[in-house]
Amino acid sequence: MSHWIIAPVLIPCLAGLLLLLEVRERHRLRRFTGLLSCAALLAVGVVLVNQAWDGAYTVYKLGNWEAPFGIVLVLDRFSALMVLLTAVLAFPALLYASCGDDRKGANFHGLFQFQLMGINGAFLTGDLFNLFVFFEVLLIASYGLALHGRGPARVKAGLHYVVLNLVGSGLFLIALGLIYGTTGTLNMADVAVKAQSLPVGDTTLFSVALLLLWVVFGLKAALFPLYFWLPATYANATPAVAALFAIMTKVGIYAMVRVMALIVAPIPPIGQQALWWLGLITLGLACLGALGAKRLGTAVAYLVVMSVGTLIAAFSAGYGAALAPALYYLVHSTLICGALFLLAGLVARGRGEVGDRLVAGPAILGGGRLSLLFFVGAIAVIGLPPLSGFIGKVGLLRTVPEPIYWVLLLVAGLCGVIALSRAGSTLFWRTTGESAGLRPSRRRLFAVLWLLALSPAMALWGEAGLQWAEAVADQLRQPHGYVQAVLGGGAQ
Amino acid sequence: MELLVAIIIGVLVTSGVYLCLRARTFPVVMGLTLLSYGVNVFLFSMGGLKMDEVAVVGMSENPTDPLPQALVLTAIVIGFAMTAFLVVLALRSQGEHYTDHVDGRDDVAGRKDEGGEA
Repeated sequence: MSHWIIAPVLIPCLAGLLLLLEVRERHRLRRFTGLLSCAALLAVGVVLVNQAWDGAYTVYKLGNWEAPFGIVLVLDRFSALMVLLTAVLAFPALLYASCGDDRKGANFHGLFQFQLMGINGAFLTGDLFNLFVFFEVLLIASYGLALHGRGPARVKAGLHYVVLNLVGSGLFLIALGLIYGTTGTLNMADVAVKAQSLPVGDTTLFSVALLLLWVVFGLKAALFPLYFWLPATYANATPAVAALFAIMTKVGIYAMVRVMALIVAPIPPIGQQALWWLGLITLGLACLGALGAKRLGTAVAYLVVMSVGTLIAAFSAGYGAALAPALYYLVHSTLICGALFLLAGLVARGRGEVGDRLVAGPAILGGGRLSLLFFVGAIAVIGLPPLSGFIGKVGLLRTVPEPIYWVLLLVAGLCGVIALSRAGSTLFWRTTGESAGLRPSRRRLFAVLWLLALSPAMALWGEAGLQWAEAVADQLRQPHGYVQAVLGGGAQ
Repeated sequence: MELLVAIIIGVLVTSGVYLCLRARTFPVVMGLTLLSYGVNVFLFSMGGLKMDEVAVVGMSENPTDPLPQALVLTAIVIGFAMTAFLVVLALRSQGEHYTDHVDGRDDVAGRKDEGGEA
């Protein structure tokens, strides 16, 4: 049995524990440990994608207990892709933070590693209760990270974020209780089997459980009406943390898609219709939010919400062909939103007191390079040709033939253009006098460039990218293979 | 006994939700605590309620389901840690804003908003 699959959980766990032991504030040592762990995650991510790519499932039984009695980790193309995506995002984010933002509070690096551990665990686990535990791991680390750097605005946004997520955890537990009560198991594959032959009286309870799961995952993914916490939390967080949080909404989407593909696909649909409409409403309201944003960080946060709406509507529309472009768009939007959060941080530093507020302010030191990066990032995130956002959106428009989706997606593109061109012209052109800000350092620019460069790369190798996405989608459309891999030949 | 447990869960969750919707941090913390109690009892009862039975196979004719007990233990530990964190955060919020209003608003304005509640 290959042990690589547990490495994405163990590496950050070990690094996080080591970082907690380091109490003398030796920043170089801390940064080195953190970056080493992220680099190792990147390498392991590549190994795992390689391992999963032939279409085989790797099932890792923790403690060697047979499924469904023990907890299993399951590696398929989707989870491998998400683990790699996390690593690709985490490394530049940590590199950016290592330029000084990590010194604003104690234990930044330790929290960062535990956050990665929770995210990777949530992607890999094959057990619903274990998913809850990994959600809690990533949440408690994210509470600490969101508050990193202090300040009243951060504390206020953080308090709302924590309370909302605690209520969400309660709902998650109720859903798990109902699933256990009706099916007698919490192993995802086993739940998928049992859900097909539920006694008549239990189907309603089971539906309630799944609807509660949609609420919980919707809260994590920031779906209407549960997205109001996101703009405040993300815009007030340290740039590197906000960039890492770009993957957090995708954890919610991942869990939703996983449960949808595995458990709900073989039985009559439960709540997908509602998810479709909520996705569309999210998309529409995020447009208004982006247009009305008073800070660049808030505008980018609304772009995250926009991508969530786009994705959830696409995943729940019920078109099998939409899976592949949606996955492509998911990868693209995560990377670009991460890049834009880092860029917003650089802009705020370059303007000094004014920060990233969208008002006329002092000229930005090194603004030429930043404006160029902003231009590329804006084109990518809005979905204008020739960058990756365009390919993703065209794919979605082709595979989701619903007029309302077309209208909203195109309007969202237009709103994105207006919001970002307004932001860009205010920040870079409406300048008054000399700046008191700081010139962006080379390492910070490199971190932004790393993430931004992936968009042209994804466009350049667009066909290969779409084929990869198609391969992932193909595996998702066959939940039978997953069930068989986890439970062995014994189950049907 | 099912009825009794159901009523207890209902009362806990109702008061928890009510307190969560208050505008001061202390009631919100209390509300979340009550909510998590309700959820824990709910989770505990999901394996079926049995009197005077042990949760070990072979020790009795009709053993209780041990899994919900393990789940609820995990949930209690996590819930406790989260509540502790929330208490610290609420104190921090009070220190930053000089008020225990959840939106960090001015104390006087906050009281006016709540009408006769104080």
